[in-house]
Amino acid sequence: MNFKALLLASAMTAAAVPGIALAQDLTVGFSQIGSESGWRAAETTVSKSEAAKRKINLKIADAQQKQENQIKAIRSFVAQNVDAIFLAPVVSTGWEAVLKEAKEAKIPVVLLDRDIDPSGKDLYLTAVTSDSVHEGKVAGEWLVKTVGTKPCNVVELQGTVGASVATNRKKGFEAGIAGAPNVKIVRSQTGDFTRAKGKEVMESFIKAEGGGASICAVYAHNDDMMVGAIQAMKEAGLKPGKDILTASIDAVPDIFKAMAAGEANATVELTPNMAGPAFDAIIAYKTKGTVPPKWIQTESKLYTAADNPQAVYDSKKGLGY
Amino acid sequence: MALRLPRAGLSQVGALAVILLVNWIVSPQFFDIRLQDGRLFGSLIDVLNRGAPVALLSLGMVLVIAMRGIDLSVGAVMAICGAIAASLADSHALPVVLAASLGAGLLCGLWNGILVAVLGIQPIVATLILMVAGRGIAQLITEGRIVTFTSPALAWFGGGSVLGLPTPIVLTLVMLGLTAAIVRGTALGLLIEAAGGNARAAALSGVGTRAITVAVYVWCGLCAGLAGIVAAADILGADANNAGLWLELDAILAVVIGGTSLFGGRFSIPLAVIGALIIQAMNTGILLSGFPPEFNLIVKAVVVLAVLLLQSPRLGLKLGRRKP
Repeated sequence: MNFKALLLASAMTAAAVPGIALAQDLTVGFSQIGSESGWRAAETTVSKSEAAKRKINLKIADAQQKQENQIKAIRSFVAQNVDAIFLAPVVSTGWEAVLKEAKEAKIPVVLLDRDIDPSGKDLYLTAVTSDSVHEGKVAGEWLVKTVGTKPCNVVELQGTVGASVATNRKKGFEAGIAGAPNVKIVRSQTGDFTRAKGKEVMESFIKAEGGGASICAVYAHNDDMMVGAIQAMKEAGLKPGKDILTASIDAVPDIFKAMAAGEANATVELTPNMAGPAFDAIIAYKTKGTVPPKWIQTESKLYTAADNPQAVYDSKKGLGY
Repeated sequence: MALRLPRAGLSQVGALAVILLVNWIVSPQFFDIRLQDGRLFGSLIDVLNRGAPVALLSLGMVLVIAMRGIDLSVGAVMAICGAIAASLADSHALPVVLAASLGAGLLCGLWNGILVAVLGIQPIVATLILMVAGRGIAQLITEGRIVTFTSPALAWFGGGSVLGLPTPIVLTLVMLGLTAAIVRGTALGLLIEAAGGNARAAALSGVGTRAITVAVYVWCGLCAGLAGIVAAADILGADANNAGLWLELDAILAVVIGGTSLFGGRFSIPLAVIGALIIQAMNTGILLSGFPPEFNLIVKAVVVLAVLLLQSPRLGLKLGRRKP
């Protein structure tokens, strides 16, 4: 309740003095996790370019995967009295104290890519994240549409056992194919999100399914495993993309290379552009007082061979993936 | 050259046979082998091929453990050497790539050996340093990305073949022969057993324990470097975050399953490789079985426990078997 009152108050202040915070005057502090993956590096690159596009002054603090560094960064952003703080939380708990400090300083906080514990819901303005259940669903629906009424045995390469992304992408895909009894998951194993394991698991899938003859499609929880699986199919004398359809998630550059070569069929993008929608929300909040919804879902765009994969590859390879 | 397969080795070979048999029951086409693009293709080949990196690691690890040491850094060294190989592959000739990559493995081994033998740091701590720092070094080399390459010469180390046998298997066989020849073909093996069993007594008898210690860590680093090249060549890229991750534990396990004591002394090189194959046969079996992945680790743990219990002399006595 308290927070709502505060929001209202700040909204009214902002409304009362229109134009007090034009976009070009905004300074945003971004506490980034660190370089844990290629996607993370791309997110940082895109954040910088999105900030430049809006003439926002963006300060990025690299936490090197440590929460205490993120807390320090947020404190220093509060001390610098920035206009907004973006946080990509490395873990989901332990943010109450420092987010309260930001709130007391009346600095809105936007979470990027990951959420925090529900108990901290009052402490941030909005969270910009992707819905990983939806991502899986998009992949599943694509497959159902592509195979039509033909029977289709799918093998699944799961992410790391217990990772929420893996659980969600599995759930979403199952929901996506639920309406099509002809599409069935016949084998499912973990490839730990890595190329090497994706390749190894696919090798045994091929052998267990009669040399791959009874496999109609592969679904991988990320593109890296699919890149490994594509190699395994090629080494087994199969034609990935033709003999066996592929659907995966993330949209990293290398999958577009495979797609351009006709060896991959579809990927669902986990966009590295989380900062763009967050900037827009902050600008609207600061200039017009618009309070954004608590959750801004990013688009899970489907890419297929029809989307000029070579051009997408060229545009993505410079992002630091 | 005496490649001793001691009587105690029967339990390891037996365990491997049982696991292969179980795999065959789980997946009837397990022993089917055919030629695919001039390369042998089948689940049994997968076991050997996928087991090659850990088998290579175990060749170095068994000597280190025989010297009463341990090398936790081999997984990270794999990542470093793979990263170097992949980064240079498309711009340099193969000999340069191999020299740089294996040279880095050698240097890593030398670093560990000096920390242990010259500075007297406990092996588990000394090699922990490189285990942690090594992955960081590999990430610096790849700048946190997966560095891919197209050089067919380097790719041959993962996807090529010699007379139909995949290259990783051939490399493992060559390294097994080389290690056995150096260690068992000379007095070195005896000196390692002496120094590992009782370093002080060996030193007093005139064995150069310090030089031997450095040498075994260097060999371990070299084997890890080769394993790193194989792993990178396999996926046509270097994944600094994941290459060789936790493989040091598999290598230690392979050595222990092979009957070498962590307290040093007696060791067997071929049985360490058998140990690596046991681990991989198990992994491949799990993948073929179609069990949900949540069971992977449990199945693995139960099998390892069973194999180790099989080797326990006390349990053998209880079951009425005569102590070997």
